[in-house]
Amino acid sequence: MNIDLILFIILALVAIATALGMLLSRNAVYSALFLVLNFATVAVFYLLLGAPFIAMAQITVYAGAIMVLFLFVIMLLGAEQLAPSKVIPAQKWVAGGLAFILVAETVYLLTVRGVPAGNILQPAESANSLGFLQQMGMMLFNEYLLPFEITSILLLVAMVGAIVLTKQEKGGQK
Amino acid sequence: MTWALFWEWFIKSLILVFTLLIGFGYLTYYERRFLARIQVRVGPNRAGPYGLMQWMADAVKLIFKEELTPSRVYKLVFFFAPVVTMVPSIVIAAVIPWGTSFQLGGRTINLYLADINVGVIYLMSIASIAVYGIVMAGWASNNKYAMMGGLRSSAQMISYELTLGLMFVVAILMGNSMSLVGIVEAQKDMWFVMLQPVGYLLFFIATLAEVNRHPFDMPEAEQELTAGYHTEYSGMKFALFFMAEYQKMIVVSMIGATLFLGGYREFWFLKDTFLSVDRAWFLGPFYLFAKVFILLGIMIWVRASWPRIRYDRLMSFGWKILIPVSLAVVFITAAGILLAEMYSSLWMWMVPVLSLVVGLIAVVVIYRDLRRKAYARA
Repeated sequence: MNIDLILFIILALVAIATALGMLLSRNAVYSALFLVLNFATVAVFYLLLGAPFIAMAQITVYAGAIMVLFLFVIMLLGAEQLAPSKVIPAQKWVAGGLAFILVAETVYLLTVRGVPAGNILQPAESANSLGFLQQMGMMLFNEYLLPFEITSILLLVAMVGAIVLTKQEKGGQK
Repeated sequence: MTWALFWEWFIKSLILVFTLLIGFGYLTYYERRFLARIQVRVGPNRAGPYGLMQWMADAVKLIFKEELTPSRVYKLVFFFAPVVTMVPSIVIAAVIPWGTSFQLGGRTINLYLADINVGVIYLMSIASIAVYGIVMAGWASNNKYAMMGGLRSSAQMISYELTLGLMFVVAILMGNSMSLVGIVEAQKDMWFVMLQPVGYLLFFIATLAEVNRHPFDMPEAEQELTAGYHTEYSGMKFALFFMAEYQKMIVVSMIGATLFLGGYREFWFLKDTFLSVDRAWFLGPFYLFAKVFILLGIMIWVRASWPRIRYDRLMSFGWKILIPVSLAVVFITAAGILLAEMYSSLWMWMVPVLSLVVGLIAVVVIYRDLRRKAYARA
């Protein structure tokens, strides 16, 4: 029982607890805050796996930017308290079936197919080294330049789309 | 991990935390005295010699003040909000180097807590969670004014974080490293503020907005929002907010000094004299302190001189002026570095010239816009 495993179990419990708290909380703000905690736990997982850059990016992007916007919208709309929502017919059965399929797939992958030994909880060699960031940048801008640029254009289109959709029509009022 | 290493880290962390805590105390004193000087008053001078014990008296008062908890607040979040505001303002200082290293009993002791290779991103991520405390306080108080303060601050901090992040990019590009020690060492021959003056100015403006200082202290604009997000707080909980704000001031000054003003290093033209930190390691913290002291003085000076900017103008200034100019500055820096590598290092001098031109264009645009609006009103 090494210390990594103990840390992993404690963190996993925290992660599951915060995820459950997010789902079960009746107050949207509490849900959002639980989700932030969950993201923070996942970031610590990345640190344990020896990938500090991904951990920091996780916190900056998810906890720092996206969830702040979520909280902002929740508070702005005053939608903290959920009204008892309408349940889709047979929602329980569909959800249960899908969950069963997911669990079955995971069990299949872990047991029958087998995982390559030492792949879980083993830090990737390259991610740990000092040159990792440079390597990643090189890969992104040499080998994967086209996908990278396409992604950026996609994001730009999404931004313009959001502005167009929310812009108020001025015609006719003047 | 040996015990010696453990104690080294422990002592360094203690020094860091206590420096920030005591720095907070004296920063309030500094601010009050300096503001008083600007306004031709005397300022606090009764407690202790020259009023140097004033902050202790204030702390005692705040500790013994009655703590009120309004009945309809969300208790848990209300309780945690000051803590969540306070903690990032301290832990962010962990990666900032305050000196080189020295020998003690055969051990090399580095004058920084951590030199991680993702230092700049660490700064960015901690700065981006710092907003939670304010938002939580605003929401949990169950009060319209507090809520508006929280909303305003989150919108403002997200907007100005973009400029801040782009200026981090400029420093990373010029330092060719993401570790803060690497960036400081890269400024041995020339401080980055000389190469990218507009970049530093943008960084300074963004940090003012990030720590909610004048002229961007919208979240606590008293004539509009009573006291903003901490309206409902009193006693020690209020003191924690107050403390966090001043510690953030200290920390962003440290970051600005590290990224653009040479950090713990001396002036670049003194690098071969006996004043260099390479010869005398103990000068490092003093240089950093001097830079932080001057930067804090400028922040207070700004507070004394300028009125608060209107909220819609604050947002349009952030999005329509600062972000385009920062993008241009990043582009100019990157192009300058590339050309300097490909042809001659003379190209590097295009960077300050071109960025100053861009900055001037931005100023002219703002000026014309404001004048047009003034005519339209008249």
